[in-house]
Amino acid sequence: MRITLFIPCFIDQFYPQVGAGVVKILEKLGHQVEYPEAQTCCGQPAFNSGHWDEARAVAAHAVEVFSQAEVIVSPSGSCGAMMRVFYPQLFKDTPQYQAACAVAAKTFEFSEFLVKKLKVTDLGASFPGKATFHDGCHGLRELGVREEPRALLRNVKGLELVEMDPPDTCCGFGGTFAVKFPMISSAMGEGKCAAIAETQADYVISLDSSCLMHIQGMLDRQGKKTRGLHLVEVLAHSL
Amino acid sequence: MSEYSQQFKASATRLTADLDHRQWISKALRGYETKRDEFKGRFQSWEEARQAAAAVKYEVINHLDRYLAEFVAKLEARGAVVHWASDAREAREHILRIARENQARFIIKSKSMTSEEIHLNDALQKAGFEVFESDLGEYIVQLRDEPPYHIVFPAMHLKRGEISQVFQQKLGAEPVTDPEALTMIARRIMRQKFCQADMGISGVNFGVAETGMISITENEGNARLTTSLPRIHVALMGIEKLVRSMDDLALFLPMLATAGAGQNLTGYNTLYGGPRLKGESDGPTQFHLVLLDNGRTRILADAEQRDLLHCIRCGACLNVCPIFRNIGGHSYGTTYQGPIGSVITPHLRGLQDWKHLSFSSSLCGACSQACPVRIDLAHHLLHNRRNAIREKPPALEKLAFRFFSLMMRHPGLYRFGMFMGKLLQPLHPIVKGSALDPAKAWTKTRETPKFAQTSFRDWWKNRPQNRPT
Amino acid sequence: MSSQADILGRIREALTARAPAPGHHGETAPAPAAGSFRQWLPPVGESFEDRQRLFAQNAAMLKAVFKTVPNPEAAAAEIRQLVTAHQWKKMATHTSPLTDAVCGNLGVDWLRTDQPYETAELEKCSASVTACEALVAQTGSVLVTSRSCGGRAISILPPHHIVVAAKDQLLPDLAAAFELMRRKYKDDYPSTISFITGPSRTGDIERILVLGAHGPKELTILLIA
Repeated sequence: MRITLFIPCFIDQFYPQVGAGVVKILEKLGHQVEYPEAQTCCGQPAFNSGHWDEARAVAAHAVEVFSQAEVIVSPSGSCGAMMRVFYPQLFKDTPQYQAACAVAAKTFEFSEFLVKKLKVTDLGASFPGKATFHDGCHGLRELGVREEPRALLRNVKGLELVEMDPPDTCCGFGGTFAVKFPMISSAMGEGKCAAIAETQADYVISLDSSCLMHIQGMLDRQGKKTRGLHLVEVLAHSL
Repeated sequence: MSEYSQQFKASATRLTADLDHRQWISKALRGYETKRDEFKGRFQSWEEARQAAAAVKYEVINHLDRYLAEFVAKLEARGAVVHWASDAREAREHILRIARENQARFIIKSKSMTSEEIHLNDALQKAGFEVFESDLGEYIVQLRDEPPYHIVFPAMHLKRGEISQVFQQKLGAEPVTDPEALTMIARRIMRQKFCQADMGISGVNFGVAETGMISITENEGNARLTTSLPRIHVALMGIEKLVRSMDDLALFLPMLATAGAGQNLTGYNTLYGGPRLKGESDGPTQFHLVLLDNGRTRILADAEQRDLLHCIRCGACLNVCPIFRNIGGHSYGTTYQGPIGSVITPHLRGLQDWKHLSFSSSLCGACSQACPVRIDLAHHLLHNRRNAIREKPPALEKLAFRFFSLMMRHPGLYRFGMFMGKLLQPLHPIVKGSALDPAKAWTKTRETPKFAQTSFRDWWKNRPQNRPT
Repeated sequence: MSSQADILGRIREALTARAPAPGHHGETAPAPAAGSFRQWLPPVGESFEDRQRLFAQNAAMLKAVFKTVPNPEAAAAEIRQLVTAHQWKKMATHTSPLTDAVCGNLGVDWLRTDQPYETAELEKCSASVTACEALVAQTGSVLVTSRSCGGRAISILPPHHIVVAAKDQLLPDLAAAFELMRRKYKDDYPSTISFITGPSRTGDIERILVLGAHGPKELTILLIA
């Protein structure tokens, strides 16, 4: 299959190993991977902040960049949700509506793509360690991705996966919310870090680097040793 | 920033720093979650039930004029007097007039968030009437002179010691702290009030169009007493509270109980069709229903957000909201807290003054998932944000996002911007944490991520497979 | 009058714009007929025994006392036991086949609420005995109305409420209870129809359950079957 990658801006700049991991995994599975270099951002920061005109301008660029793709895969629940769920809303009653819906319909978050489209749950990966999983809210509630990353992680040799209690709670990142309402964002982050600590896991895995940016930021400030890892880093570890 | 926004930020800052408070509220909500899941699990399909409830509300709200007319006609035929109030002031005036015309002195109330919305108690007291809240939680916060903390659990923030203290102060009660003993103190006092009151004021959970009845849900029995013993019953109802028929209640009453309070069914669910009828031995001789608009028709006119009127005020969204449990109910500074409050308050009280409630959310979507009538609250938060910015864009922020848009539409500019960021990041520690730190809001509590040596796109470009031959 | 016209006018004006159909991300759904709700609500069993068992489970959870007795005499005996144990002197009741059958010879002063009465007199009653319209298995509820069960206050003011029900009054669920109301009263409903689900309760203080907040602290349900 010809797979077109959408690598979110923060992964491009802060966590390139996640993008590299995606490429390695998909190529190992025998697929042709494309990366249109004109891509930049899905536009979500402007969208969430209420600046829909600016968001639409950025999104229009993305729609154009990805218009020829057969299928678009992104290692991000929040960016995947932006494109698949919110692009149709954003472009409603505009001339690019059809094009935007077409792009939306062929966009997938990475783990749901592997499990639901490629029907792959075992990559022959290994990663020794005890880890817990953080569900990013957009991937979880907008895209409905919950079982897929767990199905993949269950087949990683040496990995002990423990669930957090409470599960499903927002980490507090929320994009610009993190800096507009930092006291609330941090309080929520504290709650998430406490839940992670209780699992006594060495790693917290997520399919959203944006959440991990916030969680790791708090863990580091607290001097905790727990390391945040993107799902892809775990799966590509032994490749 | 409006004064409400400033108050909100100040309160949120204070409450998020109060670890004791956060833990207390979280503990209370964990208890609710366990019970809720138990009773949700009894449903053969909670998700289908939600869809059905959403569809019923959609039908009623989108034919509201018809259903309201039917409802009012049936009620009036049974001797009820119906008053229409375009706004809070009119509603208060109706109720004051009813109280005066009937020489009521002593008024007892059962729980009504709508009465909070119109600031009824204050108006009644200023006019010389004695008003008592009979619901235990409402009574406690009334004594403490503070607003309800949560639309369903008004006193959930209080510990028994605090309740005991206000009982001692205001009622001269014994210094007991046992919850049962405290409840019995309130019961003894309220019992007298029920028997002495001239007028009982209640809210309405559902109006039943087909039979012209109001339905009131409660656990304590105080609403039943409020509406049985005094000679006048006044009910206050938002115009959106209708369902089609009694049969709809067979769906809504269990869902309200489960989602709202983690119960199989609430203690008393009572339909009232009017005053005492011929042949009945007791009950009020007058029944007045005050129908309240107060901004609801404004929401109705916003077709995109019309389903906000589907809300059955169960409180489920408050219970799952991570914002609510960290900032507390009082931080909202308005009648309706949590996600529903964050979405409707800008509509009811002004977009620019109250938009901060819609912005102060991480958009996690737990509210949309919890809502028994499937209101997509998280998406409506986005709609409010868009509307607020469209109406009055903050200049600096608009400039920033215009620049963001420019940068993201031009890959060359984006690469340059990222290059500059990477270049300047080593200098960040110099200003980190200080007033000059551009990332101050972040760095106060978190470390920052580091720009990678090689970005993904550079890695990709330089792969042997991708290098131009 | 003008506010009525204003509000209805605003409503009609508002509804000229169409709202998207409900559901996550705009899936459509028609308004369901009320009869279809049963399939999604909790199951309520098929037989009388199933429903009796379900009612009993719910009653226990609610801390209501539920006893099945073979005949009215046995129900009367239960009530007599309560009178003796609590030393009740004054009780309230109303006229109905079942209450008449169980309230004789108890040696208490009776207040009858079939006709208008003094609230102060009801307030002195330690307990009340009423009939009911139905028992609802799904929720463990007792259905009363102001026409058939002695008025509004008798089942809420006295601290102990005793309900006497007949076998055929045990209904599966709320939907069946509403069907009963419609069949029995047609368009001439009593002014009050109430589902009583357990004794009065509150959790307003630290979420700790306290019974008897304002309504009865104890609820005893006697099913004659």
